[in-house]
Parts: sequence; structure tokens; C-alpha cells
Amino acid sequence: MLFNKCAGCPLGECPGKCPFSTLEIGGDTDNKKVLLVGNPNVGKSALFTRLTGVHAFSSNYPGTTVGFTEGYLRFEGVRYRLIDVPGAYTLEPTNEAEDVAKRILEEGADVVVITVDATALERNLNLALQVLEMGLPSVIALNMVDEARHEGINIDVEALEKALGVPVVGTVAVTGQGISELISRLKDARPGIAVPAAERWNRIGEIAASAQTIEHRHHTVRDRIEDLSVHPGWGALLGLFAILGSFAAVRVIGEGLIDYLLDPLFNGILMPIFQWLGPLLGGEGSLPFRVLLGMLVDGRIDPELSFGLLTTGLYVPLVMVLPYVVAFYGVLSFLEDVGYLPRFAVLFDALLHKVGLHGFAIVPNLLGLGCNVPGIMATRILESRRERFIASTLISVAVPCAGLQAMIIGALGDLGGRYVLAVYGTLFVAWVILGRIMHKFLPGYSPELVVEIPPYRLPAFKGIGMKLWFRIKGFLMEAIPMVLAGVLVANLLSTSGFMDVVSALLSPLFRGVLGLPPETAGPILLGFLRKDIAVGMLIPMRLQPGQMVVAVVTLAMTFPCIATFIVLWKELGVKDMLKTIGIMILAALAAGGVLNFLFALAS
Amino acid sequence: MTMLCTLANGQTAKITALPQGMSGRRLEALGLRPGKVVTKVSGMPFFGPVTIVLDGRQIAIGHGICCKVSVEPLAERKAEK
Repeated sequence: MLFNKCAGCPLGECPGKCPFSTLEIGGDTDNKKVLLVGNPNVGKSALFTRLTGVHAFSSNYPGTTVGFTEGYLRFEGVRYRLIDVPGAYTLEPTNEAEDVAKRILEEGADVVVITVDATALERNLNLALQVLEMGLPSVIALNMVDEARHEGINIDVEALEKALGVPVVGTVAVTGQGISELISRLKDARPGIAVPAAERWNRIGEIAASAQTIEHRHHTVRDRIEDLSVHPGWGALLGLFAILGSFAAVRVIGEGLIDYLLDPLFNGILMPIFQWLGPLLGGEGSLPFRVLLGMLVDGRIDPELSFGLLTTGLYVPLVMVLPYVVAFYGVLSFLEDVGYLPRFAVLFDALLHKVGLHGFAIVPNLLGLGCNVPGIMATRILESRRERFIASTLISVAVPCAGLQAMIIGALGDLGGRYVLAVYGTLFVAWVILGRIMHKFLPGYSPELVVEIPPYRLPAFKGIGMKLWFRIKGFLMEAIPMVLAGVLVANLLSTSGFMDVVSALLSPLFRGVLGLPPETAGPILLGFLRKDIAVGMLIPMRLQPGQMVVAVVTLAMTFPCIATFIVLWKELGVKDMLKTIGIMILAALAAGGVLNFLFALAS
Repeated sequence: MTMLCTLANGQTAKITALPQGMSGRRLEALGLRPGKVVTKVSGMPFFGPVTIVLDGRQIAIGHGICCKVSVEPLAERKAEK
């Protein structure tokens, strides 16, 4: 007996045992393919997690589930292979995710679980009827019945079942209510009514009228807050509080982790090991000592400045950057699950329109403030290639990641807050100007915002924890190898004298345009590999505050780290990546040059 | 003819026609279609998006699309059904 092939399977047919899966695909009738479909924000991913126990995401902003997740469920001797299909409002595709959803459904399935949001029955029935029209055996999970009841919406499950011709089960995916009944009724799945497209909305009206009763409900406090969130004045104020609160939380959590956990751990556990290791490696000055532990600073190993693979190479990503990344993604995941991000999109839509993007693009830009790599990857939620190019370029040029921000503050914080502000201000102005220029000169147009704003919800902390863990894991796997490689290459380049030659070549540019001493060329070029190290090398050069601002801005805008470079390549292709890099160099020189000019005027 | 973007905040109106093409289809997929009654919640300055309530759910729509959705303003505020 043959089974539906897994998507992307290179085999012509499934043999008894799938060599690509750890799960045995038996040659019996016990295997069933189940598709989980539904609108975005209906708790589909939460339902998937409930059914399979596999870690999947449940979030409020559109786009997270593009691509799909698979998992398995065993019940009464049947093994169900569940596929979490990307959220879709319609099967007449209006975006990439809906296109993917349609294609997956067209491949066929043994059971389709249609997840319907009980609080927005009509709109959800539109998709449900389109799926039923395909004639696949289906079951409906009427999700969020608790919230619907709360809002005064009562749905007669039996009447709905009769009207649609398929089993309907009321569920609350977040708490697990109704899940076991849903599982036990998977075997009752059958094809439902088939309504032609032209009659669909009429039929939906009839079904809703017969199965749904809505009681009048007074405005609640939540409604008031929701209305205020998209109000020009109050919404902006709330947005400002959200941003300030987020940054305050990131600082408090990040610094707390450094001061009370990671720095003591590093100094208490790893440093004694390094001290013991030092003589074994041949003592200071020997090659292994220099590569692994670095140079002694004031007669001892300094994790920040020694530049060894094991010392600075581990200290920077694990102790100086990781805590901020953890804190940043914790706060962002919270905002995401509360449902605040779509409101952010509304607030920022007008601004983003000026640079050829729309409100959704705020999400990749915000993610970029944690680390540019996930930020650029998140540009996939944007519809057109033009938008993706603009957003990726803006992120890699003018959105400083958490690591870079820590370095900006490290280099300029002691000189005074206004210099730090000068860097942030310059980056923001550069972001706007660069965006305007690209918007004006790139061909094509940018689509407009159309977004459903889900109600505010209390987040499930387990979900936030899981998402946070996933993002941190991603950061560690990407960042640690990059940082280690960067330290190694930086060591090699500076000891081989290569940097001196390049610095000499570029020094006229640095002196003439940026007003910086020639020796700054080395660190700024090194910034290609490691921006943090570069800033670390600038600090001992005793530059004027103005020069330091110019150097830090130039550094922040040029070459993203190697990881960003690779992800730009993967997302945009070689040609567009080279364009981005060209834009980046020009923009950095222009910004540095203008700043240098302004500082010269002021002094 | 009145367009969705010109409604006053808090005003209720009945949708009479959607724009052609992709943007109209996207609105329809969200349940916005001729005959539906919506209430405008707010509009952001500088040609920002307009937020409306449809069947008790907020939807934000870019200014450009909003100016292509024709509506018939309802004189009195209809009780939410």
C-alpha cells in the first residue's frame, strides 16, 4: 500500500520504512494524514501543540507559521501525522502563506481539522466552507468557546454540525478543554456540504443566523483599552510607554543576568581553569597561549580585552551579549502574545509608508534590535521582493543589534549620554533618509496594510518560555561559532600585518572624509568580522568625543557581522546582497562625513 | 459617494462596494463585504491606517485602500447586533 509522500521527499514512493524519518511508517492502514487548517490567530498552533506535544509556536502576528510544522499523535492504534498548515483567510490566495495552505490541501489528506474561532464565526466559516468544498473528510474544532461565551456569543454546536454536515467539537486550546473529544472524533471525519463560491456568503449568513445567538454586551475595560491603542494621541502615548517600558525591562533583566549570574559564573568557574591552563600551554607569549587565552592585560587575563578564543571569544557572546538577547526576546515574545504587535503596526504604518514599507515591517525592524539575523529572516512576512530588499537593507545598515548597542554604550557612555543619543539619532535619521531614497528609486510599488487586530489576551507563560528558548537556541548556534571564528581571524589578520597595509591604503579616506586618524581604519575594517571587538580596539585610541561618535556611527552602519552577511546572501541572493553592501558603504561614509563636518562646525 | 477613509470617528456605515483586484479580495477574506455594517474607531495622522470594527473585531486598513471602499453612512448609530 502506498501513502502520500512527505513534502519534499526524494523517493518515488514510500517503502515500508521511511529512511528519512525516525518513525516507522508501517505497511498497514494505521497511518492517517491530518491537516490542521484555519485563519491566523485562531489558536491553531496552540491546538497543534495540544494534539502532538511537539513544540510549535502560537503567536499573534501574521506570518509566524509560514512554512509548516509536523507532529504525530497516537490514538486507539492509529498513528496520525499532523501537519500545521499556515494560517489562511481564504483559499483564493492573497499572500504566500495562503498559497502554501492551498497547495498543501490540494495534496489531499485523510482528515482535515478546520479550526474555527468561535468569536468571529462568519469570517471563519468563509474558509471552512472553501475547505469543505474540496470534499475532504473534515472535523471542525470550534476554538475559543470560552472567550466567545464571555463576549456574549453562544453557538449551538449541534445546529452547526447539522448545517455543515461534519462533526463539530467545542475546544479551548489554551487550557486543553475539548481536546480529548476532538481526538476521539477524528475517526468520524466525513465530507461536508459543498457550497458554490457565488452562494457562499449568503449561506454563511444563514448558518450564522441559525446556529449563533449574540447577546448585547456593554463596553468592557478591555474594549476601551483596545480602542485607545489605535487612537492617534493615546495610542502613540501607549506605544511610547510600551517602548520605554520594554527598554527599561531589557536593561534591568540584562544587567541583572550579567551582574548576578553570568559574570560571577565566568569569573568563578572558567577563570581559575584558564589560570591553571596558562602554564600548561607554555606560558605567556607562546602561540597556543596567545590563540586560546590571548594577551595579559596588567599582568592578568582580562576576559574583555585579552582577545583569546576561550577568554574574549566566550566572554563577549555569553556574558556581554546573551543576557540582552534573552531579555530582549523575552519582552518581545510577551508583547507578541499579548497581541500588542499589530497595534504597533498601526502606529508605525504612516512612518513605514514613507520608506516604501507598511506597518507589518515594524516586526522585522524590532527583531533586528535584538539581532539582525532573525530580523532579516522575518522580512519574509512582507509580500513583495521590493519590500524585503528595502527592509533587509535598512535593518543591516541602520538598526543596531543588542551586541552593537552594548558596545555603543560601552564606548560612549562614559563620555556622556548626549554622545550615545547622537549615535542613535544619526542611525534613525539615516534609516529614514536611506528608506526614502530607496523608496523613490527602486521600481515597483509597495502594497498597503490590511491587518486584523486580535483582542488583547493574557499570554500563556509556557508558550512564551518555549518561544524564548527557541530563539535563544538559534542565537547561540549562530553566534558562538561566528564569534569564535571572528576572534581567530582578527588575531591572524592583526598579527600578520595585513591590517596595517590596508589601513595605510585607506587612511586618506579616513582622514579626509571622516576626520579620523589612520589607525582607526584597522578596527573599522575588522568590524566586518566583529563589531564589538572593533569598538573595543577604538577605546584605547583616546579619540576626541566627536571623533569617537563618527567612528562608532561608521562602524555601526558598515558591514554587519558575518552572520548577517550570510543571511543577507541567503535571503536576497548574491546580486541584491552586493547592492545592499554598496548602499551600506556609501551610507556609512556619507553619515560619517556629515557628522564630521557638523562637529567641525561646532568646535 | 462617501469613502471609508472620510468617515468621522465613531461613525457607522454600510459597505456598498469594495475595490477591484487583490486589495478587495483581501478585505473580503477578512469578512468585509458589501452590506456589512462597520464602525470607524480611529484614523492615524499623516495618511496612516484607519481602524474599523466589524462584527466586534478590529481591522486596520491602509489609508490608500480605505479611500477606495465606498460606504453609505448610517444616520443613527445602529445597536450592535
